Amino acid sequence: MPHIALPEGLPGISAGFAFRPETAKPMRELAHILLHEPNSLTPGERELIATYVSSQNECYFCQTSHGAAATSYLGGDDVVKRVKTDFESAPVSPKLKALLAIAGKVQRGGKLVTAEDVERARREGASDLEIHDTVLIAAAFCMYNRYVDGLDTWQPRDAGMYAQMGQHLAEHGYLKSSR
Amino acid sequence: MPHIALPEGLPGIRGAMAFRPATAKPLNELVEVLLFGPHTLTQGERELIATYVSSLNDCHFCQSIHGAIAAAHLGGDEDLVKRVKADFQHAAISEKLKALLVIAGKVQRGGKNVTAADVEHACSLGATDVEIHDTVLIAAAFCMYNRYVDGLGTIQPHDEALYRERGKMVARKGYVEGSKDYLPAEAGAR
Repeated sequence: MPHIALPEGLPGISAGFAFRPETAKPMRELAHILLHEPNSLTPGERELIATYVSSQNECYFCQTSHGAAATSYLGGDDVVKRVKTDFESAPVSPKLKALLAIAGKVQRGGKLVTAEDVERARREGASDLEIHDTVLIAAAFCMYNRYVDGLDTWQPRDAGMYAQMGQHLAEHGYLKSSR
Repeated sequence: MPHIALPEGLPGIRGAMAFRPATAKPLNELVEVLLFGPHTLTQGERELIATYVSSLNDCHFCQSIHGAIAAAHLGGDEDLVKRVKADFQHAAISEKLKALLVIAGKVQRGGKNVTAADVEHACSLGATDVEIHDTVLIAAAFCMYNRYVDGLGTIQPHDEALYRERGKMVARKGYVEGSKDYLPAEAGAR
């Protein structure tokens, strides 16, 4: 049971959003810009970063819903699984691997990102904006994950529900609730 | 030196926000609701939660600026801010705020650490559901802001007077209004 009286029947972050619309609005906008709006990184790549960080934070709801969004973009869940277990050997670009290495450092603490990490990403073709957004996606998911788990939200084990949610997120983004 | 080419002369999160005004907008709007807008917790109490979490995350810029904003809201009481960072259980704050700081500290380490007993304790001291929600979200949000500021290697001056002055301004104007001196008037370029 959630720690506070959240609206019933809404899974994960959507219950926190419905409970407090004033904070939901900027949180939705931030996710929409970072993950859905046009960017030189594809939405699939950005969802993989979000999924990886959520998995490092062990947030079931976030890694499953964003994993489903990534799956929807990429047309299958094989890459998502491999990125979560060992991204360095996953079939993703060298640039995305370098960005995932930065995201993983940010998840553990911002100061862990080194000049060498950033140089590696640049060498593989990452722009300053892509590095910025990678840092902010990783940082933002350290917020979303803690929010979802810190309120002890309802996080159903229902693969069909997440697949539907992922498809909705991939098609419509983050500004409005899917229900 | 920052990891990427951030605009010069803007320390901490301001350089990052000026680099990417599109994301700066929701980042400022979120902190405005959480720390500055109308609330049953005072602005000083909410800034103390933000300062405490930033100090646990060892983010110099964030703990200094939010500590200064907290002090500005608390009649200039910088000692109280230091006490909360060092040992809040023995600081001159309410028992309710102590219970909320316990929850914030657990969220900083990971959301799953918050227990039903932590929440019951806060409720028994008068905390409402919105206050508990906002404590969790302030703590979670500062795990983002702190990582953003440190993860980009932003410039973080060690000059207390600078934070004190800026702190007074933000305490007066808030975050959205206070951001107008470093963000372009029409945000959203990128």
